[in-house]
Amino acid sequence: MTADTGIVTHTPSETARLAGPTQPSALNDPKVRAIGYQLVLAIFVIAFGWWITGNVIENLRRANIASGFDFLSGRAGFEILFSLIPFSANESYGRAFFVGLLNTAYVSVIGIILATIIGFTVGIARLSPNFLLRSIATIYVEFFRNIPPLLQLLFWYKAVLALLPSPRAGFVLPGDIFLNNRGLILPKPVAEAGAGIVFAAAVLAIIAAIFVSRWATQRRVLTGATFPTVKVVLALLFGLPCLAFVIMGGPFTMDVPVLQGFNFRGGMVVAPEFMALLLGLSVYTGAFIAEIVRGGILAVSKGQTEAAGSLGLTRTQMLRLVIVPQAMRVIIPPLTNQYLNLTKNSSLAVAIGYPDLVAVFAGTVLNQTGQAIEVIAITMLVYLTMSLLTSALMNWFNLRMALVER
Amino acid sequence: MKKHLLPVILGLAGAAMTAGVASAATLDSVKAKGFVQCGVNTGLPGFAAPDDKGNWTGLDVDYCKAVAAVVFGDSTKVKFTPLSAKDRFTALQSGEIDMLSRNTTWTMSRDTQMGLTFAGVNYYDGQGFIVKKALGVDSALKLDGASICVQSGTTTELNLADYFAGNNIKFTPVVFEKVDEVNAAYEAGRCDAMTTDASGLYAYRLTFQQPDAHIVLPEIISKEPLGPVVRAGDVQWLNIVKWTHDALLEAEEYGITSKNVDELKKSSTNPNVKRILAADDSKFGEAMGVPNTWAYTLIKQMGNYGEIFDRNVGAGSPLKIERGLNALWSKGGLQYSPPIR
Repeated sequence: MTADTGIVTHTPSETARLAGPTQPSALNDPKVRAIGYQLVLAIFVIAFGWWITGNVIENLRRANIASGFDFLSGRAGFEILFSLIPFSANESYGRAFFVGLLNTAYVSVIGIILATIIGFTVGIARLSPNFLLRSIATIYVEFFRNIPPLLQLLFWYKAVLALLPSPRAGFVLPGDIFLNNRGLILPKPVAEAGAGIVFAAAVLAIIAAIFVSRWATQRRVLTGATFPTVKVVLALLFGLPCLAFVIMGGPFTMDVPVLQGFNFRGGMVVAPEFMALLLGLSVYTGAFIAEIVRGGILAVSKGQTEAAGSLGLTRTQMLRLVIVPQAMRVIIPPLTNQYLNLTKNSSLAVAIGYPDLVAVFAGTVLNQTGQAIEVIAITMLVYLTMSLLTSALMNWFNLRMALVER
Repeated sequence: MKKHLLPVILGLAGAAMTAGVASAATLDSVKAKGFVQCGVNTGLPGFAAPDDKGNWTGLDVDYCKAVAAVVFGDSTKVKFTPLSAKDRFTALQSGEIDMLSRNTTWTMSRDTQMGLTFAGVNYYDGQGFIVKKALGVDSALKLDGASICVQSGTTTELNLADYFAGNNIKFTPVVFEKVDEVNAAYEAGRCDAMTTDASGLYAYRLTFQQPDAHIVLPEIISKEPLGPVVRAGDVQWLNIVKWTHDALLEAEEYGITSKNVDELKKSSTNPNVKRILAADDSKFGEAMGVPNTWAYTLIKQMGNYGEIFDRNVGAGSPLKIERGLNALWSKGGLQYSPPIR
């Protein structure tokens, strides 16, 4: 008992005996014994892992199933609906892996941004003094939070987007934008000579904006003088690239989609599979984030609101300057959780045909090569890495937002 | 707590060690559990689909039953595992099923790199396209720019890319894991065309709301020899599945049917027929690890290849597919069995 719990209780007679001249054996020392147990356990875990790996390799060899990672350089031989990097059937399985990985990252990042915007808007709306706004926000949260995400994806894909008309009978929106059951088809800007200057101007504007806002904060801390930071930054971010665009004489042409044969040619296509997945994930996760935001705001003591009010701040100013910065400390840890959930839930894409990592790599590639163990191991490793990266990033952000105590 | 952990781990390791030794003798394990566990399609009319009473029927299903008839003398001693194209090989490799009879194309890489062995071809197929008549397309070569629905993890997915690349035309693949989803997306208009094996196209067309509004294009773009698959390395079990198929062909060739098998066993003077039905004390079954009357019970319970074909996909079924390549070699087809002797 004593060795197990580490809590040593002695009767008075035992205490007397222990205090005697004879040194107790090291084997009876609870600390030594605990370390011993840990060592034995560690050895067994390592041996178990070693044996499992050896067993798998041996059995694969015996069953004549190819193993190893050579398959990654083999020719893929299949096409993928949607890819951020150029891909054709002549590329390798390894490249197909990156296509899937990027597609997962793409929908996750945009989904996280959208879900955050939805979550913060709805979360704040739930605390609004306006009855209508508050009720709508409550209904949204209760509705979407309590329906399984897979069902929601199928709803968006099969009940909403699948009902769009065929390309020939589709909707024509202003600005050469088309909406039909092949997706949202937009004109694509094509860069021409001089476009580099516009991009350079945009980068320059971002750097300048960061510099200006830092300088303004520093000056405010030192002198108390305010500076219209938001207006100046916006002017920089939009003005500079626009100026470059005009000076270079508009170095872009639009690749306008044209209906030809069955489908549109040219332009960019936002596939309905992507739209359904993005909508499903961000609307679902947004509902959870809304509750986290509401909880975070409610965690800020009422005295803070009253103090801010007595200073004459408007409601917007109260939120932006007093409430939200303090609420963020409560919000960020559970928010990280939601971001991880969204990333992991993106693997539900396989149900609606969006070519994410699971669909492309753990689906098609696994089946064409038959190397289940390698493919699944890589896929799990990728999700693990993505989750840990998100966690690390959010921990860093949390540390920055944490209360600095002097 | 720590004290209790050690025996648990030891126990786990021991259990894993005994479970880890994969049994090579499939026949022994099948006999021990009393039924054949057979992987089939999740729903392909004519090949493997549950009927209105919930019983699995179809050409591939009959092959599972045929193997049960050979092993146990009872075609009902079989259990079915419906599998998507994506899960089928893993299920077989891992030992979850004893055989895979799921309109699976025989290819070299599947034979040599995946630890599998094909046991024959029970249906010679080829890949085709189906489109809506309203589209006004009469050839696959006119599908330039089309969106095409296809099932993931199939040879179909690869042939599709090869065919379009070979003809220098473009397409957009829309890929789903389950065939139901492929069909639904095609019917909903997400794709201009759907592609799979021609037999499948005819079968699925029957399930569409308006079968007449769809047309199967004339091009057959690939060879798709479909057949039952077993794990590599178990020759005995491979022989049982292979010779079950061959016995069905031999029976058709020598005119043995489920109706006349009893009579032929008693009265036939043809040495071939007598050998197949073990009417001359042949011991072919014993050598394979099954009863000597294996072929007799097989034909008695399942009929010959022609009967199986007819009732599932041929003239006696709603599909009404011609025998074509699947006719016996003696009738201009490709179905040919090595002799049972």
